[in-house]
Amino acid sequence: MSTVKTPSVALNDDAPAVRSSIWGWMKSQLFSTPLNCLLTILSAWLLLATVPAIVEWAFIKANISANTAQECRGTGGACWAFIYEKHRLILFGLYPYDEQWRPLIATCILLGVIVLSGVRRFWNPSLVLIWTLALVAVAILMWGGVFGLKFVENSLWGGLPLTLILSTFGIAFAFPFGVLLALGRRSKMPAIKSICVVYIELIRGVPLISLLFMSAVMLPLFLPEGMSIDKLLRAQIAIIMFAAAYIAETIRGGLQAIPKGQFEGAESLGLNYWQMMRLIVLPQALKIVIPPLVGIFIAMFKDTSLVVVIGIFDLTQAAKAALTDQSWRGFSSELYIFIALIYFVFCYSMSKYSQSLEKRLSTGYKR
Amino acid sequence: MADAIIQMKDVNKWYGKFHVLRNINLDVARGERIVICGPSGSGKSTLIRCINRLEEHQSGKLIVEGTELTNDVRHVETIRRDVGMVFQHFNLFPHLTVLENLTLGPMWVLKVPRAEAEERAMKYLDRVRIPDQAAKFPGQLSGGQQQRVAIARSLCMDPKIMLFDEPTSALDPEMVKEVLDVMVGLAKESGMTMLCVTHEMGFARKVADRVIFMDRGEIIEQNTPDAFFDSPQNDRTKLFLSQILH
Repeated sequence: MSTVKTPSVALNDDAPAVRSSIWGWMKSQLFSTPLNCLLTILSAWLLLATVPAIVEWAFIKANISANTAQECRGTGGACWAFIYEKHRLILFGLYPYDEQWRPLIATCILLGVIVLSGVRRFWNPSLVLIWTLALVAVAILMWGGVFGLKFVENSLWGGLPLTLILSTFGIAFAFPFGVLLALGRRSKMPAIKSICVVYIELIRGVPLISLLFMSAVMLPLFLPEGMSIDKLLRAQIAIIMFAAAYIAETIRGGLQAIPKGQFEGAESLGLNYWQMMRLIVLPQALKIVIPPLVGIFIAMFKDTSLVVVIGIFDLTQAAKAALTDQSWRGFSSELYIFIALIYFVFCYSMSKYSQSLEKRLSTGYKR
Repeated sequence: MADAIIQMKDVNKWYGKFHVLRNINLDVARGERIVICGPSGSGKSTLIRCINRLEEHQSGKLIVEGTELTNDVRHVETIRRDVGMVFQHFNLFPHLTVLENLTLGPMWVLKVPRAEAEERAMKYLDRVRIPDQAAKFPGQLSGGQQQRVAIARSLCMDPKIMLFDEPTSALDPEMVKEVLDVMVGLAKESGMTMLCVTHEMGFARKVADRVIFMDRGEIIEQNTPDAFFDSPQNDRTKLFLSQILH
C-alpha cells in the first residue's frame, strides 16, 4: 500500500501505480494535512446539508402531472406541472397559439445550422449558401405572409426563438465588424485609426442598457420624419454595436501576440495586406483568443435578456409573463430554474465547443 | 555596372536619430553572389531588408530589376514577387502544413492553380531534401528542417534574387551544415542572384563572388573572398576578422 503523503499525486505513464486502494486515495487526496482534513469535512457537511433537500424538492416530492395549482401545492415539492402547463408561453411568448409550430421549426432550423457550422467538415463556401437558405426559411416561418402562412408582426415574436435570433445575428454581424475595428485600430492610417479608437472607447464606456434605451428613444430623433426602424431591429443593432467593441479589443489582443516575423514572412512572399491578414495573421490571432472570444459570445447570449427594458419579449420576459396567471401563482422557483437550465445548456455547449475547437486547431507549435 | 539587377545610389536610412545606413553605393550584377558581414548593429540586415522594402530607405535611389522602390505600393508588390527572403527565425506559418506554407505564395500571389503549386512545392522540397515532411506542421520539425522549408518556400516563387538574413544564426550547431549545404547547392546550380548576411566564412569562400564588410552603416571594404580574408586592407576589417576567426 502506498504511503505517499504529497497532497497531489502526479500520474503519468511511467510513474508507479499509486492509487492502490480507495483508502489510500482518500488518505493522500482528502486527509493529507490538517487543513485538508478540515476542508474535506467542511465540504462533506455542506453537501449533506444541501443536496438531499434539493433532490427531495426537485425530484422525490415533485409533481409533474397535476392539472391545477391546488393539486400541486399539496405535495410540498417542486411543481414541474406548472412548467408543462406554461411551456408554450415561456418558449414562444405571445406568438399566436395556433401558429407556434412555426417558431418551433424556425428554432430547430437555426439550431441545426449553428451545429452544422461547428463541424469542420462543413467549413467551405457552401456554408454561406446553407446559412442564406436557413435564414430565408426562418424569416418566412416567423413573419409568414407568403405560402398561405398568416402574417405575424414581429412585436408578437418572443421567447426562445427571439433570444436565439438576437444572439445569432448579434454574433454573426458583431464578429466581422469587431475584426474590422481591431484591424482599424492597428492601422497606420491616422483617420481610420482614430475613428476606430473613438468608437471602441465610446461604446465600451456605456452600459448595454443605456444603448438599448438610446436605440429606442434617441435613434428615431435622428431619422428623417416618416422613416422608422423597427424596434426589434433597433435592439439588434444596439447589441451588435455593443458586442463589436468588445470583440475588437479581444481580437486586438490576439493580433498583438503575433510576432513581427509572421508579417514579414507574408510580406516577403508578396502577399498584399488583406491576403496577409486573412491567410496568415487572423487565423493565428483568432486561435489565440478563442477562450475570451467565446466568453464574449456567452455574455452576449445572456445579455440579450436586457431587451426587456424596451419591451421586447425575450425568453426571460416570456417566462415572467407565465407567472402572472392568477390560477398558477407562486411557482417562480420552478420557472426560474427552468429558464436558467435553458440558458445553461446553450452557454455550456458554447464553452465545451470552444474547448474542443482549441484542441483541434492545435498544431503543436510552441514559441 | 551595365547589367546590374540591384542598384543602390547614396542610400541613407535613420532609425530616429540613429544613422543606420550611410551613403550606400552598391551595384549587384545579375547572378552575382554576395556575402555581407560585419559587427552586429552595422546595418547589414537593414541593407538587405531595404531591397524588398521590409525597411524603407529615406534618401538615395534604390532600383531593383528596373523598378525603383518608392512609396508606390504596386512597385513594392512587383519587387517582392522577384525577391525571395530567408529569415534568421524562419518565419514559417505555424498554422499551415509545410506543403501549405509552400503553395500559399504561388497560389495567392502568382495565381498558380493548386495542383501545379503543389507539384512545384514538392520539387523544391525534394531539392532541400525533406519531401517526406510535407504533411507536417513547422512546429514538428527541427530548426534545420524549418530553415530548409523556408528556403523552399522562397524558391517556390521563382525569385530572381534571394536574400538571406543570417540564415544559420538561430540554429543549433549540428544543424548549420545541412542548411549551408542546401545554400551552396543553390548557389552552384541555379545562377540566381544571392545576397547573404552571414558570418559563415567557409560558406563565403566557397560560393561568394564578392564579400562586403560593413561597419556603422557604411560599406568599409569589398573584395573577392580570397583577397578579403587573406589580405584585408582596412583596420576595422582586420579587427573584425581577428574576432570571428579564432
